[in-house]
Amino acid sequence: MATVVIDEKENKNIWAGAAEPFKASYGKLMMWFFLLSDTLSFSGLLITYGFARFDHEAYRGAVEAFKASTQYWPIPEKVFTHIPFFHINAPLVFVGLMTFILILSSVTMVLAVEAGHRNDRQDVQKWMLWTILGGIAFLSCQAWEWSVFITGTPEGLTVNDPDGTVRLIHGANLIQNEYGPRLFADLFFFITGFHGTHVFSGVIINIFVFYSATVGKFDKIGSYEMIEKVGLYWHFVDLVWVFVFTFFYLV
Amino acid sequence: MAHGHHTSGHSTQVQPRDPAKIKHLLVVTGILAFLTGIEFLLAFTMPRGVVLTSAFVLLTFVKTFYIVGEFMHLKYEVKMLIWTIVLPPLFIIWLITALLIESNYILDAIRAIFG
Repeated sequence: MATVVIDEKENKNIWAGAAEPFKASYGKLMMWFFLLSDTLSFSGLLITYGFARFDHEAYRGAVEAFKASTQYWPIPEKVFTHIPFFHINAPLVFVGLMTFILILSSVTMVLAVEAGHRNDRQDVQKWMLWTILGGIAFLSCQAWEWSVFITGTPEGLTVNDPDGTVRLIHGANLIQNEYGPRLFADLFFFITGFHGTHVFSGVIINIFVFYSATVGKFDKIGSYEMIEKVGLYWHFVDLVWVFVFTFFYLV
Repeated sequence: MAHGHHTSGHSTQVQPRDPAKIKHLLVVTGILAFLTGIEFLLAFTMPRGVVLTSAFVLLTFVKTFYIVGEFMHLKYEVKMLIWTIVLPPLFIIWLITALLIESNYILDAIRAIFG
């Protein structure tokens, strides 16, 4: 809601209550604190990934000669090589596109917030719509990435079971992984899935806020601060993706 | 810009766009795109190792500074709020460092015990 202007001379102790010591409204502050707690969650997951990664053997050899094995951690640019519609080897191209889409949707979100500051409903609608579309595009890309990862390559991986049976496995799920150690697939699904859930909920919330803006709710209450709060969440989701992208696909 | 009926007492006058602000946002966007491009370049040209990982971590922190500071507007908030948000992740960085070192020891232990 509208912020209250504090006269410091009148209210000497701004921590005594009925004031805004951070000059931010309750809703905005609570969103920041929620994001802080969510940072801890994602940090836990990414640290787990780092821990798992570095207590497995690393592949030591030429990148070109890389072959998948459960004995060492895979090289991500040898695993994530597919792009839609084209059957060529395009390492990390698709995930780069996903990053670009999400960063762009973050930019359109900032523009929506900026339009909200000017009480410009038309611009808010326009930029929120682009942000929603960007989020849906990202989710679609992630879904495709998952399906390719689960389906696997035609070559597959020959696995020797402890009881002697030899199997040819394709793709990855929570039990078997064609690309490398099982933990690699487990963590891939969990981390990108958890992030994808955040993107999905963000898209839903953005749709609600877009609807509210369209029917004139923010004009009526006189403030577009909801756009800002929802914008903070969306930027956080983008930031997490930057980290996931760096630590999962690049390192 | 045409504005419909609004209830009396609320002045929701639409203000015109400020080209300087928009330009600033686009500059930050350009910086982020540029940094990501560098990360891709490094990923494909440098061999894997501590140097490459450190470069990635550094670039990611620079990107974080821009996303949190500019897009999320934290740079312009009250100093105390900035510290409230920045300080806990500094502890997380300690945790990351500690666990990465630990995991190397665990790997040595696995090698030693299981061969």
